[in-house]
Amino acid sequence: MKLAVLIKHVPETDNLKIDEKKGTVVRKGVESIINPLDLYAIEEALRIKEKHPPASITLVSMGPPDAEKSLREAIAMGCDSAILITGREFSGSDTYATSLVLSRVLKKTGNYDIILCGERATDGDTSQVGPAVASFLDLPVLTYVSRVELSDNEVEVDRIVEEGIETYSASLPVLLTISKAIGVPRLPTLKGKKRAKSASIKYVHFDKSLFSPGETGLEGSPTMVVKLFRPVVKRKSVILKPRNEKEIDESIERLIDFISERVEL
Amino acid sequence: MKKIKVLTLAETSDGEIVSESFELLAWARSLLETEESEGESSASSEKPQLEVISILPGKAHHPEELCYRGADRVIHLVQDEFQHFLPEVYRYALLEIIEREKPDVFLASATTTGRTIMPYLASKLRTGLTADCTKLRYDIETGKLLQTRPAVGGNVMATIKTVFGNVQMATVRPNSMRTPDSDSSRMVQIESLEFPPEKLRSKVRFLKREDFDKGESLHDARIIVSGGKGLKKAENFKLIEELAKHLGAGVGASREAVDRGWITYPHQVGLSGKTVTPEIYIAIGISGAIQHLAGMQSAESIISINIDPDAQIFSVSDFGIVGDLFEILPRLIEKLKERKKRAPEAER
Ligand SMILES: Cc1cc2nc3c(=O)[nH]c(=O)nc-3n(C[C@H](O)[C@H](O)[C@H](O)COP(=O)(O)OP(=O)(O)OC[C@H]3O[C@@H](n4cnc5c(N)ncnc54)[C@H](O)[C@@H]3O)c2cc1C
Ligand SMILES: Nc1ncnc2c1ncn2[C@@H]1O[C@H](COP(=O)(O)O)[C@@H](O)[C@H]1O
Repeated sequence: MKLAVLIKHVPETDNLKIDEKKGTVVRKGVESIINPLDLYAIEEALRIKEKHPPASITLVSMGPPDAEKSLREAIAMGCDSAILITGREFSGSDTYATSLVLSRVLKKTGNYDIILCGERATDGDTSQVGPAVASFLDLPVLTYVSRVELSDNEVEVDRIVEEGIETYSASLPVLLTISKAIGVPRLPTLKGKKRAKSASIKYVHFDKSLFSPGETGLEGSPTMVVKLFRPVVKRKSVILKPRNEKEIDESIERLIDFISERVEL
Repeated sequence: MKKIKVLTLAETSDGEIVSESFELLAWARSLLETEESEGESSASSEKPQLEVISILPGKAHHPEELCYRGADRVIHLVQDEFQHFLPEVYRYALLEIIEREKPDVFLASATTTGRTIMPYLASKLRTGLTADCTKLRYDIETGKLLQTRPAVGGNVMATIKTVFGNVQMATVRPNSMRTPDSDSSRMVQIESLEFPPEKLRSKVRFLKREDFDKGESLHDARIIVSGGKGLKKAENFKLIEELAKHLGAGVGASREAVDRGWITYPHQVGLSGKTVTPEIYIAIGISGAIQHLAGMQSAESIISINIDPDAQIFSVSDFGIVGDLFEILPRLIEKLKERKKRAPEAER
């Protein structure tokens, strides 16, 4: 069983900066981590690996050189090997260009039975890369997956959708995007950390045999940010500070009024 | 005069068209509005005409309702293969329809289906796609769709355009536009489109669906009552549920409440949970961490109750009470009960 997990190295959400001119995220000086939602994809891949040996997990990430840190952390959790796609030709890629690059590298590096993605990246916040990669590779896709059962050459999965949980099955190979509902991701082990330190990460750079000029980065991206602006907050901000029982009752009355002026109770 | 052709993707649940699909028609109809005319009718004479076509996969009881709410035409995909969401089947059909109709714009709701099929389709079309837009405008001069969405956790808004690719595609945030009223005097035009069955094969099979209990689903709730760590323990979370019951509201939660097992994950609101846009969002014992705000700050009105006057949640609230939720909630619930008693007629 060959598994691949796509992970993204993202700035910590607390202190994001953006380049107002270019409309891209400024990565300099901001701590970056594994996209927290990708931990669930890693966890699910590890569970499959444990239940269905022999299996191997390859991590694939497109990002700056320091994404190595995130890849090593995922290796410490139990993944086997890692590929980092990096270079200035890739920077500024939108979800289309990112998915194209990831799919080319996946196609070249192996016939994966299951490719796992996070539900979305906390910086881009689109949920588009998983389905787009699947489409480039002509694979079936199942999104918002909360349970995976594997038997023979088939997966059965639950998907969390708006009104309930749907169960689907699909033949392999398949791409899954994993929801947080899958369970708690494990922590790196001491042994894993040791292995991660010495693990060699395979670098993929822009290569004419894989990509045509202009296919990647800003040039290869069909979407372009034309403007960035601060959202206008139109909140009225009436904040009451009741000091005694009577005032509490009054605030509650006003709260009920506030609601019933807007929605029929 | 130039016609601007807009396709929208409708969705059904048990044969009923979902409200997001009607909202999409309001989105489509508003594309030519300008800042000045916003909200008014857009029937100015120099304006190009809009043609809005809804694609409706799966058998629906009332496909004509899409025309009543603003579609000029409905393409109804009635074959069994469209009954459930099979991405490969949907993609095939949508590619065929786009090839035939050559739309300028293609819109879907940012639902689980919309967010899956749109990127699956856009890659094949070699075009761009903007996720979860909160504003769309069509620039008549350039023919470009200006797609605005929150970026960086909602701290910044980004306006995006599609620079190459024939169809300009976007998903829009559910519940961020009023559902258009039904006008049965509008003309109905429905085409039942069928494809050769061998083209509709899929490696994915639908097996079953189990619906959440009523009230568990947040996506169409007009009011959401959310509880956070301030509730202190699992039993206390009942206060949130009870308040929600009396308000006819959905129940939400912060990650702290979910991680402590007080309520299940489908209720989590925020960056790693759901994005909700109810008319009223009530945050109780929630501090208002940026990751929580990311999921609820586009609610129409926000109410908060927190004991800490400096809690971040107050900075995004329209109405707030600084106080102990354990003092406030029982009385609030009591008052709501009294109100119901006083007006029993209005209930029926
Ligand atoms: C990558 C990432 C993703 C995340 N995703 C999410 C997400 O999707 N959703 C989410 O919610 N969080 C998310 N978080 C976590 C987030 O950062 C906060 O930790 C979380 O939102 C805090 O939850 P809380 O407000 O319930 O708890 P706290 O921050 O502990 O706040 C509790 C509040 O209750 C108040 N309180 C206490 N007692 C009372 C009382 N008696 N009466 C009234 N008020 C009282 C306190 O004043 C305080 O403001 C994420 C974090 C990360 C790093
Ligand atoms: N640059 C990237 N490298 C590797 N995987 C990525 C990258 N961007 C996105 N992904 C994967 O796609 C998922 C969805 O990302 P997004 O579409 O950006 O919200 C993430 O959770 C990752 O699994």
